[in-house]
Amino acid sequence: MFLSCLLPLAWLIYRVVSNDLGSDPAQELVQSTGEWGLRFLWLTLAVTPLRVWLKWKWLQSFRRMLGLYCLFYATIHLFTFITLILEWQWGRLYSEFLERPYISVGVTAYLLLLPLGVTSLKTIMRRMGKRWGQLHRSIYIVAILAFVHLFWQVRSDYLEAVVYGTILMSLFMLRLIWRWPQYFRRVNS
Amino acid sequence: MLIRQSPDILSSEITSESTYLNRRSFIGKTVSLATMVSLAGLNSALAVAGYNYPIKEGVPTYTGPQWLEKKIVDLTDSGFSSSEELTPYLDVIRYNNFYEFGPDKNHPARRAQEFISDPWSLEIAGEAEKTGVFHLEDIVNPYGLEDRIYRLRCVEAWSMVVPWVGFPLAELLKRFKPTSKAKYVEFTTLVDKSQMPGQASSFSTIDWPYVEALSIDEAMHPLTLLAVGLYGRMLPPQNGAPLRLVVPWKYGFKSIKSIVKIRFTEHQPKNTWQLIAPREYGFYANVNPGVDHPRWSQKIERRLPNTLFDRNTRETQMFNGYGEQVASLYAGMDLTKWF
Repeated sequence: MFLSCLLPLAWLIYRVVSNDLGSDPAQELVQSTGEWGLRFLWLTLAVTPLRVWLKWKWLQSFRRMLGLYCLFYATIHLFTFITLILEWQWGRLYSEFLERPYISVGVTAYLLLLPLGVTSLKTIMRRMGKRWGQLHRSIYIVAILAFVHLFWQVRSDYLEAVVYGTILMSLFMLRLIWRWPQYFRRVNS
Repeated sequence: MLIRQSPDILSSEITSESTYLNRRSFIGKTVSLATMVSLAGLNSALAVAGYNYPIKEGVPTYTGPQWLEKKIVDLTDSGFSSSEELTPYLDVIRYNNFYEFGPDKNHPARRAQEFISDPWSLEIAGEAEKTGVFHLEDIVNPYGLEDRIYRLRCVEAWSMVVPWVGFPLAELLKRFKPTSKAKYVEFTTLVDKSQMPGQASSFSTIDWPYVEALSIDEAMHPLTLLAVGLYGRMLPPQNGAPLRLVVPWKYGFKSIKSIVKIRFTEHQPKNTWQLIAPREYGFYANVNPGVDHPRWSQKIERRLPNTLFDRNTRETQMFNGYGEQVASLYAGMDLTKWF
C-alpha cells in the first residue's frame, strides 16, 4: 500500500527521464502533481465512509498515510509551480499569490493542510487529545478550497471538475446522513 | 499585391537545397534589413521548392488533395521570416488547443486523425457584392502560396514559432467585393459532432459553432494570413485543416481553425471566448504584456518546446513583436479597455 502510493511519482519521474512529458513539461508536471494531491485528499476523505458503510476496519490504519501522501503531492505541486512556472522570482511570487484568486485559494488550502500533516505524529496526537479532532476537521475546508482551486481554472470543459465535485459532494453527504453528533461520537476515537 | 508563380521556372533559378537549408544564417545577417523593408518583403517572391523543412522519420506528415499538393510544391518565400528558432514540427502538431476535439492539449492530435477535410466548401456571406458557397479549390486556386514564419502567442502564456503555408486573407476578401457596410469579418468553424467529439461534450462551456471575427482593417492587413499548410506541407487536421486563419499579433484563439464560413458584417460580432468570459477575453485580443488575464500574468511566455531545466521563458512583446506593422491600426485606442 505504502509503495503503491508512490507509483504516480515513479511514473512521473520515468516520464521526466524518458522525455515523455510533451511539449510543455513544466506545465504537465505541475498539473499532474496537483491532480494527485487532489486524488489523495479525496481518498483520505473516503476512508471513514467506507469503513463505516462496508465495515472495512482495516482501512482506518491507512488514513494517516493517505493524508500524508496528499500533503506530499501537494508539496511537490507547489514546489514545481514556484520553481518551474514562477522560477523563484519574488516579485512574481508575490503578485501571483495575492492577485490570482485561484492561486491564493490553493496556497490557503496548502497552509491549512500543513499543520494537519505536522500534528499527525502519534505523540502529538495523544498530547492534543480532543483538540486534535477539532483541528483535523479543517480537512473539510481544505477539500472545499482545493476544489475551488480546480474549478476556478476551468476554461472550456467542466467534465473533470464535475467528476471531482460529485465525489466530494457524495463524501460530504454520507457524513450528513449519519447525523453529525452521533456520527462523531462513534468515529472520533 | 497578388503573387503569381511564373509557370516555367528555369532550374537555375531554383534555390538549391543546401542554400535553402542555410537560410537561417542568411536570414540572421539580413534581419535588420528585413525589418526595414518589412512589408515590402511581400514583393520579393523568391522561389523555393516545397517540402524543404526536414522532418524526422516516423513523425506523421499529411497530404491534401492533389490540386493543393501541386500548389504547395510552388511555395514562395514571402520574406516574412524570423531569426528565432522554429518550434519543432512534432511540437506544432501535437500540442494544440482545438476544443472541437476536446479540452486537453493532446486531444486534437489523438482524436482528429480521421477528420475529413476534403472535399471542403466555404460559404462567403453578408455585406459583399459576391456571395455564395464555393469549393475550397476555387477559393485557394487564384493565389500563390507563401512560406511565412510567424510567432504564435497563446493567451495561456505559451508560444511557438511556426512556418505557415498560406496566402493573405485580404486577397481573398477583395475578390468578393465587400460593400461599404462591411466593417467586420466573421469566421465560423465547422460543426460536426460525429467527427468532433469535443462538440458532443455536455460539459463544454462553448456554444458551438466556434466564432471569431476581425475588423475589416485587421482582416485586410497584409500580415493576416489564411493558412492551408505548415512546415511546407499540408495542414494537419489538429492544426485546423483544411483552412485556418493566422493573425500573428493577436492571441492564438483569434486564429480560428477549419473555417466553413466567412461573413462580412456591419456590426461587431461576438467572438466565442468573449461570450464565455467577457471579463477575460475581449474582441481584439491583441497580445499585450500590459494587460493581464484576470487569472494569470501576460508579461512573460514559455516558448515551446521547453525542458524542466530550461523553461525557455521570455518577455512577451507588445503586439507579439509586430507593433511596427500593426500598432497604427489601434492609434488612439485605450488598449486596456479594448483588450
